[in-house]
Amino acid sequence: MSGVRVLVGTKKGAFILTSDAKREHWNVSGPHFAGWEIYHVKGSPVDPNRIYTSQSSGWFGQLIQQSNDGGKSWEPVGNEFVYDGITGTHQWYDGTPHPWEFKRVWHIEPSLTEADTVYAGVEDAALFRSTDGGKSWKELSGLRGHGSGPHWAPGAGGMCLHTVVLDPITRGRMYVAISAAGTFRSDDDGQSWRAVNKGLHSETMPDPDAEVGHCVHRIALHPSRPNVLFMQKHWDVMRSDDAGESWREISGNLPCDFGFPIDVHAHEPETIYVVPIKSDSEHYPPEGKLRVYRSRTGGNEWEALTKGLPQKDCYVNVLREAMAVDSLDSCGIYFGTTGGQVYCSPDAGDNWAPIVRDLPSVMSVEVQTLR
Amino acid sequence: MIRVALPAHLRHLAKVGGEVELEVPDPATVGSVLDALEAKFPVLRGTIRDHVTKSRRPFIRFFACEQDLSHDPVDAPLDVAVTSGREPFLVIGAIAGG
Repeated sequence: MSGVRVLVGTKKGAFILTSDAKREHWNVSGPHFAGWEIYHVKGSPVDPNRIYTSQSSGWFGQLIQQSNDGGKSWEPVGNEFVYDGITGTHQWYDGTPHPWEFKRVWHIEPSLTEADTVYAGVEDAALFRSTDGGKSWKELSGLRGHGSGPHWAPGAGGMCLHTVVLDPITRGRMYVAISAAGTFRSDDDGQSWRAVNKGLHSETMPDPDAEVGHCVHRIALHPSRPNVLFMQKHWDVMRSDDAGESWREISGNLPCDFGFPIDVHAHEPETIYVVPIKSDSEHYPPEGKLRVYRSRTGGNEWEALTKGLPQKDCYVNVLREAMAVDSLDSCGIYFGTTGGQVYCSPDAGDNWAPIVRDLPSVMSVEVQTLR
Repeated sequence: MIRVALPAHLRHLAKVGGEVELEVPDPATVGSVLDALEAKFPVLRGTIRDHVTKSRRPFIRFFACEQDLSHDPVDAPLDVAVTSGREPFLVIGAIAGG
């Protein structure tokens, strides 16, 4: 029987929410790793019972936990993230050079084809890969060694590599996004990289059209058409139809084009979702109304989805990792809030209901479709 | 035998319920106690001190005999009260927050 497993990372532990395909009644498991910050939990597409968790703490540092039974039990794996070669410097907030220092893992991306291969996006921004199920990690240092590396600077949340997107069709192609450097693409399994930010325009930069320095919040693609990318930038929702070579704005009639997550419908490559947030200094929905916006035209024309979501006095945020979709026949959309709610729409956004209301602040949401 | 008291999160990681007992060659030091601790419980590597530099994580403190040893040289011999097991070596997660 088919169903879904929702993997939720929060400020104080991980939770696993499970349901059958109706997505009406839910079982809640957790907190796992109680008291720890869980930046990301994600399962392997190759072996869905293989799940990785990024577990971190300001006191005790970084751990990676692995489950091989769908999250029932966990074992710590490798947590040694050592930058390759000469560490070098990036730019600090005051413009001075600052040595790269490992702080935490923001994002875990299991390989689409190899159960033991998994990528980790970390702060300070770098990409690591493990080919032994997370026991050991090696930096793909061609990224940090990109010529622009010494000029990368942290955003308010730190200089984090928060997005890793693997192309399921073009062999060796992958994308990462870094705040605040921008989007980078590799066509050789992560060995070499180039910036793909042409068309991004950020008024907060001295040169608004510079090659790097943009605060990209999230990118997403549909697996059937991976040359089309969608981006929620700090401000602006963007689209590329040529694998990142060029971008154009698709914010259209959104009430506000600031936000964090963006995702694509599982069966409709032109249907995309964002959650507008009022501004970068007011991290809550415009007018206190929590609205997901859906475009069925690949951008520019957006409709507010509100049924079942609070439409007054709502001042939560939805973070970049905190939205996901399932691939059941009627595509389910999920997102979590900094107020501890996780919402599900089993009908592509038309109707919403909270799965849970009172978790710790939600940092990430991923969904596994189980068949 | 040296008794080591860990904070709750690290006890949970190491799957121990109370104090940890370690055999550490003389002269025992903060560094050699941590070496022995990490050898017995590899999951603690990186949680108390950096993997490579071995520097103490900023919010970790080491106490013993009512003294803060956090800033002492890691190769300084520990008090006999600790090395004899009479007093525990405390690994502390510093209070932080509001």
